[in-house]
Amino acid sequence: MRHLLSTRDLDRDAAIGILDVAEDMADVATREVKKLPTLRGKTVVNLFFEDSTRTRISFEAAAKRLSADVITFSAKGSSVSKGESLKDTAQTLAAMGADAVVIRHSASGAPHTLASSGWIDAGILNAGDGTHEHPTQALLDAFTMRKRLHGTASRGKDLDGLRVTIVGDILHSRVARSNVWLLDTLGAEVTLVAPPTLLPVDTNQWPAGIGYDLDTAIADDPDVIMMLRIQAERMNAAFFPNAREYSRTWGLDAERLVRLRPDTMVMHPGPMIRGLEISAAAADSPRSLVRDQVASGVSVRMAALYLLLSGDREVN
Amino acid sequence: MTARTVLQQADIARALTRIAHEILESNRGSDDLVILGIPTRGVTLARRLGATIARIEDGEAPPVGALDVTMYRDDLAKHPTRTPSPTSVPVSIDGATVVLVDDVLFSGRTIRAALDALSDLGRPKAVRLAVLVDRGHREFPIRADFVGKNLPSSARERINVRLAEVDGDDAVTIDGGEPEHGERDEHEGEKH
Repeated sequence: MRHLLSTRDLDRDAAIGILDVAEDMADVATREVKKLPTLRGKTVVNLFFEDSTRTRISFEAAAKRLSADVITFSAKGSSVSKGESLKDTAQTLAAMGADAVVIRHSASGAPHTLASSGWIDAGILNAGDGTHEHPTQALLDAFTMRKRLHGTASRGKDLDGLRVTIVGDILHSRVARSNVWLLDTLGAEVTLVAPPTLLPVDTNQWPAGIGYDLDTAIADDPDVIMMLRIQAERMNAAFFPNAREYSRTWGLDAERLVRLRPDTMVMHPGPMIRGLEISAAAADSPRSLVRDQVASGVSVRMAALYLLLSGDREVN
Repeated sequence: MTARTVLQQADIARALTRIAHEILESNRGSDDLVILGIPTRGVTLARRLGATIARIEDGEAPPVGALDVTMYRDDLAKHPTRTPSPTSVPVSIDGATVVLVDDVLFSGRTIRAALDALSDLGRPKAVRLAVLVDRGHREFPIRADFVGKNLPSSARERINVRLAEVDGDDAVTIDGGEPEHGERDEHEGEKH
């Protein structure tokens, strides 16, 4: 694998390959020495132009567990705030000898630009670009679902027939987009549920069903329900009347939670806004896999870094 | 391609039985013994050794597991990306006598990686090495304690170990050595 920019580029075998390597990486976390010497001498740069806690820490932990050197760069307090362009930043990193760049950027397509521009030779990992994609999040979601379904016998399996409902701010969500492509590739059936104002204009080409009513979606008995955060920072217009109304109509509250099967998986990519899209009762219930998702994140990112940085890069 | 069979099913079975006896002799029984195979075929051989030891001792099989060394290799950058195999070590190896099992011992690089991997799992009392075939050409000060067959070979030749559980039948064959194989391929020769 040269870069990881989008889950749309992954075929079934490649996706399962990443998840299987992540299984081996997850085993490392249970050992006494939680470190592998695999990426010794490689430099991974975390280039974060947008705020992030869990993704940045998760990538940092993943790179460190593989013995890579990690340099974390956030745009605040750097030369970017003085007006440096992405090109100059990339060339600076190239001159420092970065082997992989993990990039989060508010502009959709920034990782793709970095990967195809020739400014830098490093492997590029998309850690979220604008409203486009967030592939490692989708991979960790799929990993978490597969683990819950198949336990220790997960290797080699896909998500055939799993019914996944994604609820909330689809319009601004790169997590939803990455999940739609990946889950479809792995054989799951995806339904998107949101107020019409928070759905993209054209979802015809998406391999997903569309719904507008959360109660109907719950009555349909999904295997997984994934709640998305309302991305207030990207909202430049009024997409719904007010937070209370959103929470009443599209939030996973205690009353809706009891209508789910006891083994329905409740997921959220974080950060959660408790009381808006998800109630505390749902977030802390035994059905909730939110903490499993965080743990899976480190394993999946270790797998992605390993697949990007090992092997003969000239040949690939 | 000329493939010559050097060990047949019965030869492999006899070699494994002898190795099992030798392991028991040097360990004075099966106490504190842990047998770890190196994927893929080392794991199959480890399982057979475990079963043979149980039969000889007329009791429980010693713990048998798998130790993947992919992440510890020193040649990761020189080959296409390798997919790791699962590691499963059923018991703590602290204070145990670990017998590493592999199909072919060649340069010794796999075993060096295995020793590194072991040290991240615990601190065994002793580590021994059992291999079905030792083909020479060592690049490290590493030797096997238990050897099924010494098979002096040219570096260009390829040794293929076939085991019923993985390949459908049991045989050790040696092919070719055509000059166009060129530089020796340590990966092919030593594993897979």
